[in-house]
Amino acid sequence: MAKTVKGILDEARAQVKEITVEQAREMLQDPQAVVVDVRESEEWRQGHLAQAVSIPRGFLELRVEEKIPDRRRPVIVHCAMGLRSLLAGRALREMGYENVYNMAGGFNAWKNNGLPWVADRQFTEDELARYSRHFLIPEVGEKGQAKLLDAKVLLIGAGALGSPAGLYLAAAGVGTIGLVDFDVVDLSNLQRQIIHATDRIGMLKTESAQKAINAINPGVNVARHDTRLTSENIMGIIAGYDVVINCSDNFPTRYLVNDACVFAKKPLADGAIFQFEGNATVFDPARGGPCYRCLYPEPPPAGMAPSCAEAGVLGVLPGLIGSIEALEAIKLILGVGKPLIGSMVYFNTLADRDFVRVLRLRRDPKCPVCGDHPTQTELIDYEAFCASVSFGANGTAEGSAAGVSSTE
Amino acid sequence: MAVQIRVPTPLRRFTGGTDVVSANGSSLREVIDDLERSHPGLRERLLDENGELRRFVNIFINGDDVRFLDQLSSQVKDGDDISIVPAIAGGR
Repeated sequence: MAKTVKGILDEARAQVKEITVEQAREMLQDPQAVVVDVRESEEWRQGHLAQAVSIPRGFLELRVEEKIPDRRRPVIVHCAMGLRSLLAGRALREMGYENVYNMAGGFNAWKNNGLPWVADRQFTEDELARYSRHFLIPEVGEKGQAKLLDAKVLLIGAGALGSPAGLYLAAAGVGTIGLVDFDVVDLSNLQRQIIHATDRIGMLKTESAQKAINAINPGVNVARHDTRLTSENIMGIIAGYDVVINCSDNFPTRYLVNDACVFAKKPLADGAIFQFEGNATVFDPARGGPCYRCLYPEPPPAGMAPSCAEAGVLGVLPGLIGSIEALEAIKLILGVGKPLIGSMVYFNTLADRDFVRVLRLRRDPKCPVCGDHPTQTELIDYEAFCASVSFGANGTAEGSAAGVSSTE
Repeated sequence: MAVQIRVPTPLRRFTGGTDVVSANGSSLREVIDDLERSHPGLRERLLDENGELRRFVNIFINGDDVRFLDQLSSQVKDGDDISIVPAIAGGR
């Protein structure tokens, strides 16, 4: 015999206990209790209970076992008014869920009773399309994308490493990208600095990079710092950012950025390149990892190492390393996976089996900057620091260092 | 004890351009001494005038930093993989 809507609802009421929003709130004090919001994703986005699990009614039977494997757990279902969730409750009972409750009045009643709820970020149509591939990844999803859009990442240098990092962060929708550079685009940059362009030669790199970033993603706010980083200005610049990415090309800047990030407790995604080799890691002593000083207490003596301008670098190599730096920044922002804290990936791209190695790094308890008893608690003169090291009595200055600088 | 040493680009002029060389020794110090015999000039790039590891060079045995093992006295065994990783500054 054909059933009427009323008949179906009456049947459902016989199997699913109805509770008020107040009773639901009390039940949810018990961490065993779970609340399922069966409204459509469009309705969910407008606002929902903070602890709710979203399973639109149409997907309920297909997805509920994965989200709630234990059929004995108390399950509160709700929709907007209480009818769809009543039917959802009946379906759950049929699937063997033993303690199913329907929240009468649904989300509207919850809200009207002044109970707490949260609203996810509202994405525009454009954003929904632009980030659709991110939304498909469970580790990113709408929550993760919202984190990216709210994130602020600072690139130290808009050159070879900064190019891929800046472009990928922009494409990924990192809401604010800061750029520190004082240089202008040169023809010799374009073999590797893919954020710049031939028709922007002579333009400030920050301005050129801003154009490229906004051409990919007009939604990104670019903060330009057209200045040389110094011990005087760096703390003010990095203060507003969540993650710093080191794309610099010289030792004084690397030590300056490291020390400032240690003092400001900012995670620092780091990368460096030389010809066909490169490495990347994350320095974050605040999370137990080492800093650059733990790894290299002193720079190589000044004037001994060939620079990139002398030794060269394969154009694609910074693409690899800068992309890893961007990836690490995104992992940190999303809080997914294991960031490369205490691990350095080291690429020897001319090799086959030895193409990449992972080296284990450790925080040095005796580190002068991040150690247990730091001896240096403020920024110093890094040009002087890097100029003060000497090769020793037997050394000659010319071409004798293991370390390499690539200042242009 | 034969070990493999992975030589970074800036130091390959001491190894005739080769990126992996082998050497013998039971400690890292012995390995570096042996390296010096076959590739003269390399030791000075790794060790300072007091014979200690330079502060801008890291050496890893099987991926572990020797500063947190036993420095130059770290023991090595047959087939160990040694990586020399100098500070590099390049980014542009």
